Amino acid sequence: MQPTAADTAAASAPDSRPHPNYLGIFGILFVLTLVEVGVAFIGLSKTLTVLALLLLALWKALLVALFYMHLRYEPRRLWMLTLMPLPLAIILVVAVLTEF
Amino acid sequence: MDHAAALPLDSQRPEPGAGVYNMKLGMWVFLLSEVMFFTSLIGAYIILRFAHPTAFAEPGVVLNVPLTALNTFILICSSVTMVKAFAAIQQGDQRRLKQWLLATAGIGAMFLGVQAFEYYKLVGHGFVPNVANYAAEGEPLYGATFYTMTGFHGAHVAIGVLSLLFVSWRAFRGKYTAQSYGGVEIVGLYWHFVDLVWIILFTIVYLM
Repeated sequence: MQPTAADTAAASAPDSRPHPNYLGIFGILFVLTLVEVGVAFIGLSKTLTVLALLLLALWKALLVALFYMHLRYEPRRLWMLTLMPLPLAIILVVAVLTEF
Repeated sequence: MDHAAALPLDSQRPEPGAGVYNMKLGMWVFLLSEVMFFTSLIGAYIILRFAHPTAFAEPGVVLNVPLTALNTFILICSSVTMVKAFAAIQQGDQRRLKQWLLATAGIGAMFLGVQAFEYYKLVGHGFVPNVANYAAEGEPLYGATFYTMTGFHGAHVAIGVLSLLFVSWRAFRGKYTAQSYGGVEIVGLYWHFVDLVWIILFTIVYLM
């Protein structure tokens, strides 16, 4: 198949995706890790601890996916694809829970 | 040859369907299957943990949290060096590409070294996969789940280090340019995913 003019243009165009502040993200990840360890041992109630830790872990995971894996700068179709396993993952865990 | 000359980045040409080049789409699909793999492990752990709360120790009682927090920091550092390698080759900087790639592989190996040390200490204290101290109804859940989850993650890191060494070897042979850096981006995606999984595992296995 002959490449289209648009394909060729996309291929030869320089990568115009912006570079996030990698060191800034690293700083946030580092601080969040320290906060996590603090939350785990500060003596909060079990429910509060688990909720806080899950939120912090989700925050860190999102930072890595969005900025280090550049998901934020990818086409919409790709990041929609990355959401596909989430309902499947929920179904998997719920199915195992009901069988347990 | 005019046709070939017009397509210097054939392997990195975004496909109309996905909007990204095929290799990158392939790695993303693979990583999404990995999401399901780790979900099954983490999901099973959470269910077992809620069903048998006495079979698991409180954070810091058995597992060495400060050491693992340090290891988490080490892995996060390796993600920074990886994106630096990627940024370097996008600018065509071969020297920095090689430096950052080797740094990433080295830091990844360091993570594995700390994990091996952790295992050595735990086994020395009698915390083995079939440890009886934390058994619930005769099933050694704590040791089995801990070593399964961290072991599979460690195996992923080991594969990542080998992949990084391979990409470094190619970088030293001048295979990547500012126009053709697919291999660096692909191995970077895998590496960051391994970091992301560790962020979740560290929280769930060590801190909860």
